[in-house]
Amino acid sequence: MTPIPEFEVRKLEIGDVFFISGTIVTARDEAHKKAIELYESGNRSPIEFKGLAIFHCGPIMKKTENEWKVVAAGPTTSDRMEMFEDLFIEYYRPSVLIGKGGMGERTVNACRKFGCIYGSFTGGAALLAAQGIKKVKNYYWLDELGMPECLWVYEVENFGPMIVTIDSHGSNLTAKILSNVNNKKEKLISEMK
Amino acid sequence: MINLEKIVEDTAVELLKKSVTELPTEFLEELKKILTTTNGAVGQAQLRSMITNSELAKKSECPICQDTGVISYIITLGDDFPIRSNLKKILRTATRRATEKIPLRPNSVDIFKGNTGDNTSEDGNIPIIYLELVSGDKLEIIVMPKGGGSSNVSVHKMIKPGLGIVGVKKFIIEAVADAGSLGCPPYFVGVGVGGSEDLCMLLAKKALLKPFKKRNSNSNIAAIEEELLTKLNQLEIGAMGLGEGPTVLDLHVEFTARHPASLPVGVVISCWALRYAKATISKNGEIIYN
Repeated sequence: MTPIPEFEVRKLEIGDVFFISGTIVTARDEAHKKAIELYESGNRSPIEFKGLAIFHCGPIMKKTENEWKVVAAGPTTSDRMEMFEDLFIEYYRPSVLIGKGGMGERTVNACRKFGCIYGSFTGGAALLAAQGIKKVKNYYWLDELGMPECLWVYEVENFGPMIVTIDSHGSNLTAKILSNVNNKKEKLISEMK
Repeated sequence: MINLEKIVEDTAVELLKKSVTELPTEFLEELKKILTTTNGAVGQAQLRSMITNSELAKKSECPICQDTGVISYIITLGDDFPIRSNLKKILRTATRRATEKIPLRPNSVDIFKGNTGDNTSEDGNIPIIYLELVSGDKLEIIVMPKGGGSSNVSVHKMIKPGLGIVGVKKFIIEAVADAGSLGCPPYFVGVGVGGSEDLCMLLAKKALLKPFKKRNSNSNIAAIEEELLTKLNQLEIGAMGLGEGPTVLDLHVEFTARHPASLPVGVVISCWALRYAKATISKNGEIIYN
């Protein structure tokens, strides 16, 4: 349940499965960039991210009368946010990142330092994700960044399952798996006839 | 009097809907089959989510994935089909309508002006239209909405002709290994070899749509496909890059002639949710979905 206190985050380790209830906020490349620029120019983003979950997601939303509804909202490739995420975590202190495909060393270090985890949600499973979203609480930067890139603030219930692939102790499950893939690649290429 | 332009437009909208909401049956069946042979709870959980999500999409008529991609149309136009240059306008209108109706995610971003909001670009290049001219009086439309995640890991290289087929195979293994967890594996892999720097990519993209698990009619190419399928699955990327389950679901290789000094290789990767839909319209307005 958000806001998630640091000691709860620190309990989780890579390979653990978890669900979230409370508030999650979508943010992709442009939103990360804008939030960081705002902070560095002495301003704040329009929402307090502390203790919340950041969802790497560019959803399909539909406006019905005066209300926005989620149509499909699966994770996007988190690797694109690697260039922003360590500063974003430092400045805004979210407790959880949700995405797919894993992230790199800079994010791992920020997660360890500031008490944050990364959870991997099945890519493409946009309707399973949407089922966990109960309400669109708010949105920001829609006109400026467009539907996929703006901040959507969702109220969620048992959103998941996510598997922890970066914990707050410096472990990165995806990096371990990909290092094995890389070894296999070298072997296959050197044996290729 | 039939309004053929309207029929083509409506069919394109219907195909867009079908393609984004219905995972082709053979792929769904394959995921179910793989689930029974995958060891490991993490891999199984990923596959189960893919299956449940795809079934939910068909039932609720909502997109399988929020990334409904950049829209492309692969058009095969018969000599005697009466619509010619107007086709572009019709397909652009269909794209706009489908974006609002289904809805699709607006995925057409102008670098200066921002998201155009309707999946088209002002310059007329998006949606992408590929055109093939044939005899006959029919129009075949294949819509292929391809997501950005797996397109971002697609690669092209002009390798040295002296490296030959072994060089081509090494490049393909490298391409899939480097795609790693990024493009929503297990992957479909399309490979184009020869032609030019652009033609090899087009061949690779179209190769994705060749009949599922059917090997090339040329036995040399079929052997290369078999070898690559085995080796790519030894990379152990697994479902969603979590190390369990298959890495590649299928692969097709297309070869064409090349310049003596060049050996172009294109590798186009699709996520597990390879989406397309196809219909043929005759000049009297009859539509066959296939």
